[in-house]
Amino acid sequence: MLSGFKFRGGIHPDYFKLTAGSRVRRADLPKEVILPLRQHVGAVCESLIEEGERVKVGQKIADSESPVSSPIHATISGTVAEISVRSTPTGERVRSIRIESDGRDRWLKGKGIDPEKSSREEILAKIRENGIVGLGGAAFPTHVKLNPPEGKRVDTVIINGAECEPYITADHRLMVEESRRIVRGAKIIAKVLGAERVIFAVEDNKPDAVERLRKATSGDFEVLALKTKYPQGDERHLIKAVLNREVPPGGLPFDVGVVVQNVGTAKAICDAVCDGIPLVERVVTVTGDVRKPGNLLVRIGTLFSNLIEQCGGPVGAVRKVISGGPMMGIAQSEDVPVIKGTNCILVFSERRVVEEEEMPCIRCGRCVDVCPMGLMPFMIRALVEKGKFDACSEYDIMSCDECGCCAYVCPAKIPLVQIIKRGKMALASAKEVGR
Amino acid sequence: MKEGTKLVVSPSPHVKDAISVRGIMSAVIVALIPATVSGIYLFGLHALAVIIASILSAVGTEFVALKLMGRKFVMDGSAVLTGLLLALCLPPTVPLWMPIVGAAFGIAIGKCAFGGLGHNIFNPALVGRVFLALSWPALMTRWVTPFDAVSTATPLAKGFGSVPIFDLFVGNVAGCIGETSALAILIGGAFLIAMRYIDWRVPLFYIGTVGFLMLFLGQNSILDASDLDSLVEVGKESLFHMFAGGLFLGAFFMATDYVTTPMTKLGRIIFAVGAGILVVAIRTVGGYPEGVAFSILIMNGFTPLIDRVIKPRVYGTKRGFVGGG
Repeated sequence: MLSGFKFRGGIHPDYFKLTAGSRVRRADLPKEVILPLRQHVGAVCESLIEEGERVKVGQKIADSESPVSSPIHATISGTVAEISVRSTPTGERVRSIRIESDGRDRWLKGKGIDPEKSSREEILAKIRENGIVGLGGAAFPTHVKLNPPEGKRVDTVIINGAECEPYITADHRLMVEESRRIVRGAKIIAKVLGAERVIFAVEDNKPDAVERLRKATSGDFEVLALKTKYPQGDERHLIKAVLNREVPPGGLPFDVGVVVQNVGTAKAICDAVCDGIPLVERVVTVTGDVRKPGNLLVRIGTLFSNLIEQCGGPVGAVRKVISGGPMMGIAQSEDVPVIKGTNCILVFSERRVVEEEEMPCIRCGRCVDVCPMGLMPFMIRALVEKGKFDACSEYDIMSCDECGCCAYVCPAKIPLVQIIKRGKMALASAKEVGR
Repeated sequence: MKEGTKLVVSPSPHVKDAISVRGIMSAVIVALIPATVSGIYLFGLHALAVIIASILSAVGTEFVALKLMGRKFVMDGSAVLTGLLLALCLPPTVPLWMPIVGAAFGIAIGKCAFGGLGHNIFNPALVGRVFLALSWPALMTRWVTPFDAVSTATPLAKGFGSVPIFDLFVGNVAGCIGETSALAILIGGAFLIAMRYIDWRVPLFYIGTVGFLMLFLGQNSILDASDLDSLVEVGKESLFHMFAGGLFLGAFFMATDYVTTPMTKLGRIIFAVGAGILVVAIRTVGGYPEGVAFSILIMNGFTPLIDRVIKPRVYGTKRGFVGGG
C-alpha cells in the first residue's frame, strides 16, 4: 500500500545499512554512567540527589518544574560519584551526574496501569514521570507533544519508522523485534490524542519491518511502505508524503491535525504506561568502521568509547565519531555518553574522511533541485557571505531543516549547511537585539 | 576515542556525493568528442589545429589572468571546455590566430573580468565567437564543403531546400567545425542527459520552440498548407531549421551551461523558449542567417532576472514561482 503522495526534492545516498539483519543484543552493564541533566528539548533538570548517595535503576534522580522538560532516572544501581558540568553528544556543556555501578543491577520497580481503563491525564502523567522523550533524535518531551494546546484537533497519528538516515538500523530492528509493543504504544498515543487514524510509515527498504507491523496491527491501522528517499523521516516531509499536508512555516504538526511519534518512542510509551518502566535504556546502532557493527540495547549514560570497544573496536585509525547518522549527526571531539536521543554511534576511519577542496559555485542548481523545503541554498549562501542577513529571510532561511541534501549534492563541495546555520544564528541574534 | 587520538570535527553532512566540478567539466568534454571527431573528419586536420590552438589559448589566458588577479590557478577543466566549444563554433577555414585571439578574449573579458569561474554572466565561448564575428566578419564567413573543401555558403544562407535533410542531420554540409552534425551532438547530449549532467528541458524547449514557430513563420507556413504535400514541406522546413546552423550545439552545450543559465527548472524552460523565439526572429526578420549565439547571449543577460523572479514554492507556503520576498 502506497500513500500516492511524495515530498519535494531529497536524495538517494548509499545506505550502508550494515546492521539491518543484526538482532538487538544487550550491551554489557557499564561500570559507570554519565547522565546529563538535560537530554531533551526544554529546561535543565535539578538534581534530586547528593554526591555519595546510593541509587537504584529507575530511581528518579533529577526533575524540573518547567512545563517543557523531562525527568532523568538512574540507569544503573550504585553510588553517585560526581555531579559536574560535562559535554553531551549535542555539543552542549550540561551539569551531569556520574554514577559508579555496584555491579548488582538492583531496580526500583514502578507500576503499570491499564491504558484502556485509565484517563488521558493518568496516561500523560505516567509518560512524564517515566522520562519519555522523542527517541528519533530530537528528544522533545513526549507528554508535551501528546498534549496539544486548546483548540488544536489531532485527527491522525503517524508512527515514524522511516529511518531515512544511512547506516542507522535501531528503529528497523525494533520494528522487527518489538512490533507488538510498538503497536500497543501507538494505541495509547491515539487514545490520548483522541485521533481516529493511526498510520505507520516505514520506508520500503525495510520490507521485514512492514510485514511484522502489518501482522502486529492485524488490520487495525494502516502500515505504509513509503518509497525510500532521504529525508523522509523528518516529520514535516513525512506528513507531506503520508497525508499531503504541509505544516506552515514556524508551525507544528498540530496545526495540520497531526502528531508524529517515532517507533522507539511508541515502544517506550508502552513500557512506561503498561509496565511503569522508565526510559533507562534504548537501542543504539554502533556502526561504520568498527569490527563488529551491531544494534545494542544500551543503558543511557554509557560512554561511546565503551560501546565502540564492545563492537570489536575501530577498524583503522579513527578520524570521526558521529552521534547520529552521516547526514545530520554531530561529530564528537571527546568521549561522551549515550543520551535519550542517541540512535547511532558512527565511526569513520581515515578512508571515509576525505578533505575536499572547495571550488567556486558553478550555479548548477542541484541544491535547489534537492531542497525538500523549496529553498535556494546557493542564494542564501551568497547572501550570508555578504552579510546580508535581512535578505536571507526573504529567501526563507529560517525554514531550513539542515537536512544536508544541498551540501551532499554540491559538486563544488561548499559547506552549505554550515553557512546557512551561521546565517540563521546571525538572524536570530539580530532579532534578540531588536526586541 | 582514546586519549591522544585526533578526532576531526566538521559540520554535517559527513558524506558527500562523488560528483565534483572537475568531474562535470570532464563529462561535458567527453560528450563533445563525437562532435569534435566529426568536425575533424569532415573538415580535415586544420580543424584539429584550430581546436588545439583554441584550447591552449583559453587555458593559457586563464592562467595568466588569474596570476595577474593574484588568485590561484586551478585546473578545473572549465577553460578547456570554453576553448573546445569556441573552436567547435568557428568556420573550419579560420587562420590559427583567430581561435587564439577569440579564446583569449572570451576567457579574459567574458570570464575573468567578471571574477572567474561561476561569476560570469555571459557564456565565454560565445563571447569569444561574437567578438571574432563582429571584428573580422569576412574571415568568419568563409565556408567550405566537407571533404573537398570547395568554397560555398551555409545551408541557412542558401535557404530551405538547398540541402537534403539527411545530410543536414549527419553533418555533411558546410558550417562551423562542430555544429554541422546534429547526430554527433545528439549522441553527446544524450549522454549528458542520461548522466543527469544537463537538464533535458533546455534542448527540448529550445529546439522545440524553433521547430514549432517555423511551422508558421517559414517560407512554407502551416496556415497556407492546403494539401498533404505542402504539409510535408512545412514539416521539412521546420526540421531544416532545427538541424541547420548551430542550434543543436547551442541547445545541448551552451544553453545548458550552468553558470550563465537559470537555476530552477521553470527558469530554464523560460530561458530555452526565449532563446528559441530569438533564433526564429533573427533568422526570419534579422540581418543574420543564423542567430543561435546572439539568442543565448541575450538570454544570458536575462538569467539574473529570471532567477530573481522564478523561485520554487517554499514548503508550507502558497508562494511560488513568481514574486517571493
